[in-house]
Amino acid sequence: MNRSREPQIALPALSRRRFVTGVAAGAALLGMPARASSASPRANPTPQTLRGNQFDLHVNYQPVNFTGRERTAVATNGSVPGPILRWKEGETVTLNVTNHLAHDTSIHWHGIILPTGMDGVPGLSFNGIRPGETFTYQFAVNQSGTYWYHSHSDFQEQQGHYGSIVIDPAEPDPVACDRDYVVMLSDWSDESPHDIYAKLKKEGHYYNRRRRTAGDLWSEIRQKGVAQTWQDRKMWNEMRMSDRDISDVTGYTYTYLMNGQTPDGNWMAQFKRGEKVRLRFINGSAMSIFDIRIPGLKMTVVASDGQNIEPVTVDEFRIGVAETYDVVVEPVDDRAYTLFAQTIDRSGYARGTLTPHPELRAEVPAMDYAPVLTHRDMGMDHSGHNMGGMSGMDHSGHDMGNMGDMDHSGHDMGNMGGMDHSGHDMGSKGGMDHSGHDMGSMSGMDHSQHAGMQSGSAGQYSLHGGRPELGGMQGVWFTDGLGRAGHGSNSPIVHLPSEYRYGVDMRAEMPGNGLNDPGIGLRDHDTRYGRRVLTYADIRNLTPTLDKREPTRELQLHLTGNMHRYMWSMDGIKFNDAEPLMLKYGERIRITLVNDTMMTHPIHLHGMWSELETGDSEYIPRKHTILVQPGSKISYLVTADAYGRWAYHCHLLYHMPGMFREVRVV
Amino acid sequence: MNKKTLLALTLAAPLAHAAEEPHTHPPQSMQGDEHAAHQHMGHGKPAQQDASAPAAANLRHAPNEPDHVMDHEVLLTKVTIDQLEAREHDGGALEGSVWFGGDKHKAWFKTEVEQEEGEIEKAELQALYSRAIAPYWDLQMGVRHDFELESDSRNWGVLALNGLAPYFFEVDTSLFVGEEGDTALRVEAEYELLFTQQWILSPEIEMNFFGQNTPEFHTGSGLSDIEAGLRLRYEFTPQFAPYIGVNYEKKFGNTADFVRDEGESTSETTWVIGLHAWF
Ligand SMILES: [Cu+2]
Repeated sequence: MNRSREPQIALPALSRRRFVTGVAAGAALLGMPARASSASPRANPTPQTLRGNQFDLHVNYQPVNFTGRERTAVATNGSVPGPILRWKEGETVTLNVTNHLAHDTSIHWHGIILPTGMDGVPGLSFNGIRPGETFTYQFAVNQSGTYWYHSHSDFQEQQGHYGSIVIDPAEPDPVACDRDYVVMLSDWSDESPHDIYAKLKKEGHYYNRRRRTAGDLWSEIRQKGVAQTWQDRKMWNEMRMSDRDISDVTGYTYTYLMNGQTPDGNWMAQFKRGEKVRLRFINGSAMSIFDIRIPGLKMTVVASDGQNIEPVTVDEFRIGVAETYDVVVEPVDDRAYTLFAQTIDRSGYARGTLTPHPELRAEVPAMDYAPVLTHRDMGMDHSGHNMGGMSGMDHSGHDMGNMGDMDHSGHDMGNMGGMDHSGHDMGSKGGMDHSGHDMGSMSGMDHSQHAGMQSGSAGQYSLHGGRPELGGMQGVWFTDGLGRAGHGSNSPIVHLPSEYRYGVDMRAEMPGNGLNDPGIGLRDHDTRYGRRVLTYADIRNLTPTLDKREPTRELQLHLTGNMHRYMWSMDGIKFNDAEPLMLKYGERIRITLVNDTMMTHPIHLHGMWSELETGDSEYIPRKHTILVQPGSKISYLVTADAYGRWAYHCHLLYHMPGMFREVRVV
Repeated sequence: MNKKTLLALTLAAPLAHAAEEPHTHPPQSMQGDEHAAHQHMGHGKPAQQDASAPAAANLRHAPNEPDHVMDHEVLLTKVTIDQLEAREHDGGALEGSVWFGGDKHKAWFKTEVEQEEGEIEKAELQALYSRAIAPYWDLQMGVRHDFELESDSRNWGVLALNGLAPYFFEVDTSLFVGEEGDTALRVEAEYELLFTQQWILSPEIEMNFFGQNTPEFHTGSGLSDIEAGLRLRYEFTPQFAPYIGVNYEKKFGNTADFVRDEGESTSETTWVIGLHAWF
């Protein structure tokens, strides 16, 4: 590419430090491997840092080699990830994005609050950038913190089209530190994303290399006996699901990158003993959720999704696709540390080194045990029930009469639906806090048999609040008994008739609490390893909640899918067939997401903040992406303060075609 | 008719589509006018200067694919060779299928060809419309053609239920109705037992029932025959797996009598070696 890639105001990345510390250390700081590039895979172009308020970005094809095989990436300004953009809060930025590809492209500024026309979602907020064209984005930057950008076109994000954004605050930064590094995590495949998607559609477990074997079965039988093993496997077998289905796409095809470096490439960042180092973790993956720790160091989490939070010190945290977390570490020893980001399914890791000397490395830890799913991840097992690893569940003696009009015919879940709910102390759990809301308005819903809610006859669940003047009723809206802002949903779980179709393979009947659950594979890390793991319940905003109004409506939206057919949807309806979700400008609503699948979904709302209800209404944390645990529900508040058409979707790239809604603020 | 031509026949139609890897836009998108306008403007415009599409394998992107991710259903083609094998005594078999379509609607083609002692014993092709009716089940209907071998060719109407039963049994149950009101029922079930992620043992059974005696086709009413197989495959990739195995066939009732009258045996066990693949 013979075009000028220089931004109009260009300060070469870390130039001062490079000057001071010499070329070798500078190279390390820039994330280049310490050894010469003769080794295979060879060094890939590394991202520059661009500063200022005017930027020229060029989306181009770039030869890369992450695996020993030459491939072509979709790069920004010639590197994967693209350049780190440093903005300043309060300024207006202008970004000229030129498309040198043979296909349309786009850039979406993830987590940035801006006018809809600048949001960069083709087909929704603009027309995309056609080959050869330049599109100029221009908007005021009214926030600070760590964000990122990526293509919203096709599967380009998987091909390398993403980069980081760091916005310096207008006021002095409450987080003081001596060093400041972006740590961008991502997943690379030598396969075409279209091939990956096609393989998943044809065989959903294609990339799962941990399927149950006869050996597993044998050791289970030796441990528990045939009868018990049969019991434990029964539900999975009848549901035709695997408890080892953690990630759709795994290390079988992925190489995990840290700032564009493979684990062997070993991205390096330098510090001096006693310094405070700020690490801005960004998960720019297409499909990979990471668990991050730095053996030997405590991490103080100071920001989540770009927003300052009350500092929480942890040993480990999970970062969903598209989330960002800023942590501060203070190494007191003159030794190297490994930045270790293992994937949720433990099929691989990204790794880098935090070191006082470029030659020093730390040991790379072994990955933790790989998790298996439990009944809880199907929304069946509440932590309060102490099911003793599901063996105690009574499947045989269930009373189907009790389940009333639940329609199991279409979905072969007799066993699951037939779970003995009567034994579960429905008074306290199944009751789902109904006391808090106005029963009169619920049109005589029979709460003692909450299965009755999904019988499909309109009288039994509440669709009111859909506001016909806003374009009709989509999803289930509640307007009564909403409970206090910041404290989450009181509303009953309603599975719409559209959830009982071929595209949905399970429904969470008793979804768990998605707030205080560290997530699959992390739940026992405290007891097992003594690691404190961050949960959403730990997060409190650093500054008081701005909009203290109570929500006037609540939308309950279900994340649905069929793993076997590899179909993803919301409320059982794919994007293609869905109406936009209509919001009235200025209103305050609550969105409750119910995860009716066994996957963890990072759900991203464009244009507005998602204010996570963690139980403290005074300091509600603001996020742009919310991880929804399998079989769980979670609530957040949204102030509809941005007119226009906005994307609202799962950020797992291959879930996005279906698990997607348009949100329209009018 | 040999195996090759049959396979070619089976594959020809869908592969023509596969070559272009098409995607559909729904005719009336919810996006309305703005979106429709985008569809017209957005795609296939020749690129300028350095924008020529690279040949890199990982950038494969068919020219007609829409360039945004969220609003199209992908139409795919899957070709499955369940068994392509050589059997003892100069025998062989091909069992495979091709589907083309989206999540709900698909066109399916199924074929079974068997050869014994150098002679084609059985050769059939089914062309079906398949529709997803439940999370794990497709309802299929269409026609089956039995190719002319020793006797005349014949045609059947087909109604099938194909999918994954509890306990991970892959099941294909087909009801056939012939031109003269003949009826037949076929039940196939297959299971996969993993020894490791790559060594997979796959037991399989097929049962055929007929509603009437048809001596010229050597089929008698009731349970006619059972074919059971046990194949151990090694998945070099999930898509390419050679195997070895054993195949057992037994004929029952009137069918067995017809076969006996011909002086042939009613049961046979053979070793097999073959390939399991899909793409
Ligand atoms: Cu998802």
